[in-house]
Amino acid sequence: MNWLFKYANPHNFMRLSNVVLPVAAIATVLCLVAGLYFSFSVPPDYQQGTTITLLFIHVPADLVAMAAYVVIAVCSLLSLVWRHPLSDTAARAAAPLGAVFTVLGLITGALWGKPMWGTYWVWDARLTSFLLLLFLYLGYMALWNAIEDEVRAGRAAAILAMISVVNIPIIKFSVDWWSTLHQGETIMAGKLAPVYLPPFLLMMAGYMLLFLTLWMMRIRTAIVERRARNLMVSA
Amino acid sequence: MSPFLTLLTRDIKLAARSGGGAALALSFFALVATLMPLGVGADLKLLARIAGGVLWVGAVLAALLSLDRLFQGDFEDGSLELIALSPLSLEMTSFAKIAAHWLSTGLPLTLLSPLLALMFNLAPAPMAILFVSLLLGTPAVSAVGAIGASLTLSLKRGGLILPLIILPLLAPVVIFGAGAVAAVSDGMAGTGALELLGAFAVAAVLLSPFAAAASVRLNLGN
Amino acid sequence: MISSLTAENLACARGERKLFEQLSFRVTAGQALAVEGANGAGKTSLLRMIAGFLSPADGRLVVKTATGEITDGEERGKLVGWLGHHDGLKPQLTVIEQLHFYAALYGTASERAMLDRVGLTRQADLPCRYLSAGQRRRLALARLLVSGRSLWLLDEPFAALDAAGQSLVGQLMARHCGSGGIIIAATHDPLGLGNESLKL
Repeated sequence: MNWLFKYANPHNFMRLSNVVLPVAAIATVLCLVAGLYFSFSVPPDYQQGTTITLLFIHVPADLVAMAAYVVIAVCSLLSLVWRHPLSDTAARAAAPLGAVFTVLGLITGALWGKPMWGTYWVWDARLTSFLLLLFLYLGYMALWNAIEDEVRAGRAAAILAMISVVNIPIIKFSVDWWSTLHQGETIMAGKLAPVYLPPFLLMMAGYMLLFLTLWMMRIRTAIVERRARNLMVSA
Repeated sequence: MSPFLTLLTRDIKLAARSGGGAALALSFFALVATLMPLGVGADLKLLARIAGGVLWVGAVLAALLSLDRLFQGDFEDGSLELIALSPLSLEMTSFAKIAAHWLSTGLPLTLLSPLLALMFNLAPAPMAILFVSLLLGTPAVSAVGAIGASLTLSLKRGGLILPLIILPLLAPVVIFGAGAVAAVSDGMAGTGALELLGAFAVAAVLLSPFAAAASVRLNLGN
Repeated sequence: MISSLTAENLACARGERKLFEQLSFRVTAGQALAVEGANGAGKTSLLRMIAGFLSPADGRLVVKTATGEITDGEERGKLVGWLGHHDGLKPQLTVIEQLHFYAALYGTASERAMLDRVGLTRQADLPCRYLSAGQRRRLALARLLVSGRSLWLLDEPFAALDAAGQSLVGQLMARHCGSGGIIIAATHDPLGLGNESLKL
């Protein structure tokens, strides 16, 4: 636990991220470029044809969108239980990123579905779950914005995040149940052929690194903004 | 009277004396049920098919109407501090408020539902299931709503954020509740859905007082 | 019955600002403490801290009772009779209904007597929305009496009261201390109880 608190100090975090950020940024670009190259040059799937490319763009987005909320929940737990000072800032910084990845997942999911279903949206179980996840992000961000006192906003948002994260599996379960009841269409199932693994893993790594990079940048910005504000207040 | 019942009866009394208590929620519920056929047409077979979903969504929205004031009224006039200092724990306080909200909103909505179901040409069997599903599910709506209400109790216009926060969390309730009705309409058993709904409701009612109490503590600490 | 309340090196922070620190005092049964200071100095925050709503940034509060010591904020709150800025009155309830609610909530039963004590007997069946500001404060005082608590935390107890009302407050406070209660009051006016003063 102690190493976590070492970087609770904004000053230490800035020093750490000074080193890590450029590395992460470069790694992100490398992974995404390589991943996209492989995604487009991969042989067509016997079932999905060339739209298999969209799988490499869509599924990692969904996974990161999901992971981001877990990240927010973990930060919220740190904030509430251990009063880790930077975790409120970190949680708040992660939320818009998670929301954007969710939207990306929804758009790419719809684009992927069009060739198969004929229309962009047929209430596929996964996409519907992610649509609800988007609302959870929006509610979280709205709560942060609505409460004026930043400390109180952070704690309230932390409570909400932890309740929401517990509900996410329940929501997923209920949407899956609903989908079988109404026999909706599904995007995909089944395993991934080995030839598809390199682009998938590269894109997965690329998206995660992208999230990490942008997240660190946002936390740094928040720290700097607060410093600037403190200077202005006491000037 | 025990402190718990004291608070419960006071909240019900207050709900009754301001704005006619359940009347607002019931009218809203009936209005939604009236607007829907105006929107989708009066094809009775269609209405019977969508009845479960429409009435469930309508009930949830109607129950939402009075949720933002659940803690806010007491917070604004200083009663919440006095209640917090009483022998009644904040968890039991939240539970009492959830119960009062259900008794003054969720339960009346449930009781009105058969009449509205009739307007939607719902057959007797699914109508009964709708009733049972609302009976099981509306406490969950009050419970989850209490979490949102306690988080937003300090906000002047918290009423706009409250639905955004709790409606995604209520998706399972709507899914299982309306799903039960749909299943029975199609001749299948609705018990599976009702069991899932009941499980969610029990969990929500038992756990949300703790979350709501945490939020109240957070807001009182200022 | 509380025998004493001791504050040891209390510190209070609101956001990034430190309102007070290294604050120590002791009040024993039958004593009153006036908390004085400019607006925003932290008088209300100190009261809220004693009531258990606010956690101290540093230091602690110890309450000694006949049965032992209490250091936890929420437990301490169960000994507190609170009179804050707000009245805690619902416009739709009548005076007696309001008092009856608090009596039942706090487990006491002396509504009628307390109503007489503050001079609101004739208004018993009046809905609270029709009370004047002075009457509302009297009702709040009745509610304080009804709570039956021995540690009184009063935030500006003389506010919104005419001379008769202020004299009533003085009498009630003297009587409370006389029977062994403790009073801590944030106030701009002197309490007139031969009490200690704490300047924030």
